[in-house]
Amino acid sequence: MISADPVFTRHENRPPPPRTRTCISPTTEPAWVRRTLIGIVLTLLSLLLFAPLWAVFAEALGDGIAAALASLGNRDALSAIRLTLTVAAITVPLNAAFGIAAAWAVTKFDFAGKSLLLTLIDLPFSVSPVVAGLCIVLLFGANTTLGGWLVASGYPVVFALPGIVLATLFITFPFVARELMPVMIEQGRAEEEAALTLGASGWRTFLTVTLPNIRWALVYGVLLCNARAMGEFGAVAVVSGKIRGQTATMPITIEMLYNEYLSVAAFTLAAVLALLALLILAIKTALELRHADALSAIRKH
Amino acid sequence: MHIEIDAIAKEFGATRALHPVSLSIPEGALVALLGPSGSGKTTLLRLLGGLEFPTSGRVLFDGRDSTGMSVQERRAGFVFQSYALFRHMTVFENIAYGLRARPRALRPNRAEIARRVDRLLALIQLPGIGSRYPSQLSGGQRQRVALARALAIEPRMMLLDEPFGALDAKARKELRQGLRDIHDQTGLTTIFVTHDQEEAMALADLVVVMSMGRIEQIGRPADIRLRPATDFVRRFVEA
Ligand SMILES: Nc1ncnc2c1ncn2[C@@H]1O[C@H](COP(=O)(O)OP(=O)(O)O)[C@@H](O)[C@H]1O
Ligand SMILES: [Mg+2]
Repeated sequence: MISADPVFTRHENRPPPPRTRTCISPTTEPAWVRRTLIGIVLTLLSLLLFAPLWAVFAEALGDGIAAALASLGNRDALSAIRLTLTVAAITVPLNAAFGIAAAWAVTKFDFAGKSLLLTLIDLPFSVSPVVAGLCIVLLFGANTTLGGWLVASGYPVVFALPGIVLATLFITFPFVARELMPVMIEQGRAEEEAALTLGASGWRTFLTVTLPNIRWALVYGVLLCNARAMGEFGAVAVVSGKIRGQTATMPITIEMLYNEYLSVAAFTLAAVLALLALLILAIKTALELRHADALSAIRKH
Repeated sequence: MHIEIDAIAKEFGATRALHPVSLSIPEGALVALLGPSGSGKTTLLRLLGGLEFPTSGRVLFDGRDSTGMSVQERRAGFVFQSYALFRHMTVFENIAYGLRARPRALRPNRAEIARRVDRLLALIQLPGIGSRYPSQLSGGQRQRVALARALAIEPRMMLLDEPFGALDAKARKELRQGLRDIHDQTGLTTIFVTHDQEEAMALADLVVVMSMGRIEQIGRPADIRLRPATDFVRRFVEA
């Protein structure tokens, strides 16, 4: 009979340890500090993130859902959505490729001019988008030699899709490369060298070793790049000429509609843009949940 | 395979990693490159494996000048210092990697690959771990998997960089014997790097003592212990 065991009985009867003796982890702050900090963060989050989001949807649906949907059916609004998606579809894959190439070059090889390349990768972060847009106008505008020739041959850059793509490419260039570089540096070259000694070609090594090892950083980089590509305003505003129904992207159309006091139309389009962003966040979260095991096995942080 | 190193030198920018060194390694030998950290052991090993190319000098494999031969053509079974297992692949996929990377005409079929991987897993005495990932293995198991992965390509030589460096003393002793056994079974010319003189002496047929990018002495373990050629060798072997 277990309860007859004296040790066990004594154990059962032992009073609970006094509360004052409970050990507190040295890295844990007192409860009030924690609560205050969490409170501040939550307040800021709701002020900066949730309130604007709510406001956008509230404004959009102010005249009812029918009015909102009707404003989306407008030819200019549809054209803006199509243009923004087109630009993202062109720039994101290109910048993913450029980003991989740049990160690969910077992290896996030593060459002259490496620090220059590093600076160049960051240039879009430090240059104002408006200035970047102006540079493209100065280079490819109709009154320059190159631009004049391009217009004459029927391929205008400025005030047309190529200019918007160029501007967006420039602005979103760092996202993928910046996301990949720390991961590639941390992983070093050993696995790639191992693949080479096992007889794999450089390309096979890239596909079977490098790419799988960076795939999560690549996903994040691409998602960030995409979000920025769809949201870019400043540089695109300069190069696009804001031609309604032709070169006006979603952010530009939103601004124009807002300036014309068409607030339901403006906010509905803004809501669509916000929904696209939320969709991307949802995809990212779904990927994280689905591949949680693989993530922890590879990252091990 | 007989390996002849003929006055090989290697510079990294301004640093001289290797002064011209010459060395002849007979077919089937088990050779230790022994020396303190920074003495150029890894550099010499990487030059043999084709991961680095010499500034001057030649490498001859079986008498043929192979200095410019690519890393893939050399077919050296390379075991890296921290093993460099592919972390996103299972043990099976790691070992099969070299076979799957072969050109189609030389690639064994699926069943043959599975058979060979199983045989290698038996050789390293880890049958049944094929479906695990490297992160789920102990240090000693990882080392043996790295060895099997290198052996899978039917290498012409084995090159191992500090193969016991990352292990505790007990695993070290066990795996030392494991490497000796595998060497004796395969008869492959094997070169391993170590900074542990006891390990070099216990395991190798031929010990190459290196210091500051130079070869101080080449000899059998007993010769090196009894007749050190330089002060450096005497002090290093005594230590
Ligand atoms: N990729 C490299 N770039 C510059 N210097 C290097 C490189 N690899 C090795 N070295 C230098 O060459 C010397 C020999 O290095 P190494 O062959 O790694 O020595 P060991 O393996 O004996 O410790 C060291 O001084 C090291 O700093
Ligand atoms: Mg070394």
